[in-house]
Amino acid sequence: MTSSAAVVTLDHVSKRYGPAGTPPAVSDLSLTIPAGEIVVLVGPSGCGKTTTMKMINRLIEPTTGRITIDGEDVMRLPAVELRRRIGYVIQQVGLFPHLTVAENVAVVPRLLRWPETRVRDRVEELLDLVRLDPATYRDRYPSALSGGERQRVGVARALAADPPLMLMDEPFGAVDPILRDRLQNEFLRLQAQVRKTIVFVTHDVDEAIKMADRIAILQRGGILAQYDTPDAILAEPASEFVSRFVGADRGLKRLSLGRVRDLALTSPTTARVGEARADVRRRLDEAGAEYALLLDESDKPIGWIERRDLSGDDGVTPDDATPGSPTLQPESTLRDALSAMLGSSVQLGVVVDEAERVLGVVSVDAISEVLRAPAATVR
Amino acid sequence: MDFLAQVLAWFTDPANWTGNNAIPLRLWQHLSLSVVSLAVGVAIALPIGLYIGHTGRGARFAVAVSNIGRAVPSLGWLGIAYPISTGLFQRAGIGFLPAFIGLVALAIPPIVTNTYAGLRAVDDELREAARGMGMHELQLLMRVEVPVALTVILAGIRVSAVAVVATAPLAALVGGGTLGAYILQGLALSDEVRVFAAAVMVALLAILTELAFAWLQRRAVSPGLAAAGDASWVEPPQLPAGPAIVPS
Ligand SMILES: Nc1ncnc2c1ncn2[C@@H]1O[C@H](COP(=O)(O)OP(=O)(O)OP(=O)(O)O)[C@@H](O)[C@H]1O
Ligand SMILES: [Mg+2]
Repeated sequence: MTSSAAVVTLDHVSKRYGPAGTPPAVSDLSLTIPAGEIVVLVGPSGCGKTTTMKMINRLIEPTTGRITIDGEDVMRLPAVELRRRIGYVIQQVGLFPHLTVAENVAVVPRLLRWPETRVRDRVEELLDLVRLDPATYRDRYPSALSGGERQRVGVARALAADPPLMLMDEPFGAVDPILRDRLQNEFLRLQAQVRKTIVFVTHDVDEAIKMADRIAILQRGGILAQYDTPDAILAEPASEFVSRFVGADRGLKRLSLGRVRDLALTSPTTARVGEARADVRRRLDEAGAEYALLLDESDKPIGWIERRDLSGDDGVTPDDATPGSPTLQPESTLRDALSAMLGSSVQLGVVVDEAERVLGVVSVDAISEVLRAPAATVR
Repeated sequence: MDFLAQVLAWFTDPANWTGNNAIPLRLWQHLSLSVVSLAVGVAIALPIGLYIGHTGRGARFAVAVSNIGRAVPSLGWLGIAYPISTGLFQRAGIGFLPAFIGLVALAIPPIVTNTYAGLRAVDDELREAARGMGMHELQLLMRVEVPVALTVILAGIRVSAVAVVATAPLAALVGGGTLGAYILQGLALSDEVRVFAAAVMVALLAILTELAFAWLQRRAVSPGLAAAGDASWVEPPQLPAGPAIVPS
């Protein structure tokens, strides 16, 4: 557990709060959480998400089964030492009100008796990482922070001792949707840098789909309903419960996982300003197409020209084109792409690079193809 | 006016500043008895309050203690302590010991109750965060629970301290000296000036004690807790036997 990311395994883990015979909160759960991935535990309220997470750092002890971190049985490690090596963000953030932001972040390093200079440097580094200006925030108390700032301090505090594993219980639960979206994006950016193993609890399917490398869907009683990538779960829900849980719009949700760059682009019939109309007509005939994409000298798209507007023998002018075909970037989600295309007359999306040069076009058909395809073609 | 002039004259009379009935001697008896009683009271009550508050075990004990504290008046403590101490040491008239026992008993209940109530009022999420970050139970207590509950804990000690200083004069009844000696003498001699002068000194000591604790509280409690909107200590839970004493 000294590397930068840990593998966590749960092996037939059960937890029963009451005496034998009462229904368990977690039932025979087996999971492998790969190093460096975000695994999201999701499910309806009371399904055992928090219980599962707390068994990993031993705030709750399993009734039966085994949990290992990098092969070490957690029950064999002293609880206190184990926890100091696991970052923990609790649902209500739980910043210590009598300590400043810097002191809150420094809690675990001080428990580990780091030298003061190292603690100070680490605090600065972490506040920068979560985008809180150290000079402004270091000496503030939690009561003087907004909800979003507190969440960030909570994340910085959990990251303080550079743990290979982070447990996060609804870390963005207490903020408004817009701020939540921003914190999610920031966290994903952060994770791309730090590459921890992260167990993330939420009851929000959309958050799970957005954050997860893998999703574990739990059902009441802590029964594992499905454990797979978001795309696989959306494409092929393993049960009635899962498909109801992820929602009737799972096709659209799947589209938000895919990117335009994952689609095979087709090359449109193109035309240049000043080119003879007859030439363009001939190329459209050869391609069996109805529309040609008009480009300027630097390959930027101007708009689409319909075949029936190409009578005569003059040169093509920019006025011939109907502007308004949406341009898409390779990074656009398929959901955004589809939405833009449905709003345009041609129902084709023009994909451009950073210099706005045309890379190719995508059709609504290409996108619906993706939806019919089995999992793993997206992403 | 005339009366106040007499009081002033009493204070400036050199006869009251020497001998075995001198003002400095009585003040010294008063303060040393108060300080020692409070210190021993804190030493007994604080660990009990911390243990009950941290573990949640023995809350009924805390309630019983506070009930006894409320039920027995100060004079009662003295009445109980006097025969016990004379019985223990088979020597009547040793005034310091029964007074000391009585004052310690007086000091204990507010400290136990407030310490217990203060710790119980600390949000559970803070305990969970502290344990989840790898604090030992003692670290959780000393680094999180006590600092967060400090206002309420200190308020308990403050109430005890003021009560002890204001009750110490009763020690004179069992030959324990203190400023109470002037009051007894004054009553016996129908010397109202002497009674009044002693009462003024007791009141001043009580006020000074109050101020000293107010200062200590401001110094010791984290500014993060003083900020508005933090409910973790403003409203400690009500004990079945009555509320904890919260600073005004
Ligand atoms: N300390 C406890 N004692 C007894 N039962 C408990 C305890 N903690 C949780 N439970 C029960 O175990 C079940 C699972 O609880 P858990 O907190 O793990 O659910 P959860 O999935 O995190 O729910 P939520 O989304 O509401 O936070 C629930 O039925 C809950 O009532
Ligand atoms: Mg929960």
